[in-house]
Amino acid sequence: MTDATLENAPYAFVRKETLEQEAAPLSVAGPVAWVRNNLFSGPVNSLMTLVCLYIVVTSVPDLVRFYFIDAVWSGTNRDACLADKVGRPVGACWAYIADRFQYFIYGSYPVPQRWRVNIVFAMFALGVVWMLWDSAPWKKVGAFFFFVMLPISAYLLLLGGNGAESFLRFLILLSFALAVLYLVLSFVPNLARFWVPPALLAVEQAAPPWQRFHGPKRLILMALVIFGLIAVLEDTAGLPRVDTGLWGGMMVTFLIAAVGIVFSLPLGVILALGRRSRLPIIQLLSVIFIEFVRGVPLITVLFMANTMLPLFVPQEYSPDRLLRPLIGVALFAAAYMAEVIRGGLQAIPKGQYEGAMSLGLGYWQMMRLIILPQALRIVIPGIVNTFIGLFKDTTLVTIVGIFDFLRTIEATLVDPTWATPTTRATGYAFAAMFYFLCCWGMSRYSIAVEKRLAAGQKR
Amino acid sequence: MKKIFAAALVAAATSMSVSGALAQSATLAQVKSRGILHCGSGTGLAGFGLPDAQGNWTGIDVDMCRAVAAAIFNDPAKVKFIPLSAKDRFTSLQSGEVDLLSRTTTWTMSRDTSLGLNFAGINYYDGQGFMVRKKLGVDSVLKLAGASICTQQGTTTELNLADYFRANNLKYEVVAFASNTETVKAYESGRCDAFTTDASGLYAERLTLSAPADHIVLPEIISKEPLGPVVRHGDDVWLDVVKWTHFAMLNAEELGVTKANVDEMMKSPNPEIKRLLGTEGKYGEAIGLTNDWAYRIIKHVGNYGEAFERNVGQGSLLKIARGQNALWTKGGLQYAPPIR
Repeated sequence: MTDATLENAPYAFVRKETLEQEAAPLSVAGPVAWVRNNLFSGPVNSLMTLVCLYIVVTSVPDLVRFYFIDAVWSGTNRDACLADKVGRPVGACWAYIADRFQYFIYGSYPVPQRWRVNIVFAMFALGVVWMLWDSAPWKKVGAFFFFVMLPISAYLLLLGGNGAESFLRFLILLSFALAVLYLVLSFVPNLARFWVPPALLAVEQAAPPWQRFHGPKRLILMALVIFGLIAVLEDTAGLPRVDTGLWGGMMVTFLIAAVGIVFSLPLGVILALGRRSRLPIIQLLSVIFIEFVRGVPLITVLFMANTMLPLFVPQEYSPDRLLRPLIGVALFAAAYMAEVIRGGLQAIPKGQYEGAMSLGLGYWQMMRLIILPQALRIVIPGIVNTFIGLFKDTTLVTIVGIFDFLRTIEATLVDPTWATPTTRATGYAFAAMFYFLCCWGMSRYSIAVEKRLAAGQKR
Repeated sequence: MKKIFAAALVAAATSMSVSGALAQSATLAQVKSRGILHCGSGTGLAGFGLPDAQGNWTGIDVDMCRAVAAAIFNDPAKVKFIPLSAKDRFTSLQSGEVDLLSRTTTWTMSRDTSLGLNFAGINYYDGQGFMVRKKLGVDSVLKLAGASICTQQGTTTELNLADYFRANNLKYEVVAFASNTETVKAYESGRCDAFTTDASGLYAERLTLSAPADHIVLPEIISKEPLGPVVRHGDDVWLDVVKWTHFAMLNAEELGVTKANVDEMMKSPNPEIKRLLGTEGKYGEAIGLTNDWAYRIIKHVGNYGEAFERNVGQGSLLKIARGQNALWTKGGLQYAPPIR
């Protein structure tokens, strides 16, 4: 039996050449099909599309006209943004944002000292990039920088004054002592046998002296360099005390958010583990803390901290007015975080726990190596949700008289220097952009992390 | 049950604050040893207390605090401003977190008596006023018969308005809104003929209109809103310090002593000026300060008239006329007892 090919086709009516491939019909591919499939696939969707289209057509041109075409981009006072002074319809008054931009960033922080805030901002940016950029080198050093060096440096630089100075002196002495200790250990590694497991010690002993204890030495070197630089700054430029009452703007918003985020995650993990613990006291304490904090609104906590606390505590002993909401926000976020993480812990099958135990791992090893990495991955959306909520909740500190970013905008809105009919719309648009960019950035990053961590789950 | 608990809490808080006030009968000593004055300020009101582009607090209420700091420390910068909302201002003062409250606080009997506070004078006589369009051709509130008036809901403003129009037997229509912004917007869009709020606020709101020059503030003030610095009950010396700081600024204006000429005035033969600036007598020591206390105030902050014009008057964008805040010699209400 022969195959029916073109060559051996016996009949004249059999086509000898292949047909040219035709483009897909318009009803299946191309823009018309896309519109039909995605926008008008049924009566309900068609109606929705028309409604959305109507909203876009009626609002977007006006918004563009207001915020861009008619907007005023430069000027020194309200005259620049007044229609009858400029002689044309005036939209958003961006000149006002430009004029008050410094205030929105630093609040009332004294102008000659603002370089200190800039240094902290730069360190913060470096730390964030280091931690978030997946293929950045020396992740552990980065973590040490972000979670230990950055908070200490921020405290020393932002607050300054005598207390910070003596603390800095102590820190330099401490890191110097550690440096000497590790220098000695490099040559006499046997001294470390009291706290280093024998197996690891053997590894260190096998290396030449200058390569021993590489990890701690890098951290100590970094601490020495950073503290040394701060000490040099203090000697040359001076770091006078800047009271926290003068802090404000984005600086305070980032500070509250960062403190909340950095402290709430580890605290939340501990509380979640505590709540699932079999030890009754630990469990009870965790449950009481979580339920109590979740049972009261954040505003109440802030109000108690800043208005009622001074009634009960003598003036000399009551903590700083900015520190109180910082602690309040961090503890508050921790309680919510604990419940999110507990959800993740409950999702881990019992087999994982039993498997870990059968490998001979202790409780903390099991949690650190087996359970938490899986549990945390599951609840990334919940964690980021809490972070975003926390970031937006920072605006609540305004009610206790702290000038966060939103409050600085509101304070300038009543300023007659820039009192125009459009100032208000401009100020709030700027605030909306700021909060959107920050929250959107967090959510995009979390999606990327989820994808990366879920790579092993894909089939 | 809830009410009983709340009452117990209030009682506890009051008893604690009273014992606190007794223990701190020497606020001045505390301020001196701390080296900085804690001043409760507003959260932002044009002309009264507002951070400028550099974040420095400015305003007539702020100048009150700076004047007290200047009198004590010879340095108007030795003030820590603690922004307080209308709700928590009195609690913060009672708890000792602020030494002095200077935040557009109206002097009323209940505040002066049952809240355990003392008002140390009146640094701004405010009251409810009206703004209308110029082209309406109205020059008095009494000609507003039958007009629609925009105001904010649930404020004393609304009640004062009702009282005044009823007392004068005038018909009117109230158009009330939840927020101040809405109220101003409604007035501007022509929803009503007049807009009413505290007079000092009217001038600030006028600037946010698209054509401020088309609107005028009517001369009538229909309510009393005396604003002044507040201190705790039970520390009379501290009350004296704040009270006489204000009086020194008034006396300086009356005697023509200004920030610019205060050094020359030190040589003045006028005995009143001599007593004010401390070249004669020991009046400063009587309130626990140095004898040149008033000189320091005038040198660093200026007299009352200067502070007024700089913050809310012709030197500012608000351009509020002195009106009731003029000296008694010029037909106003600002009157200070003599220093002797």
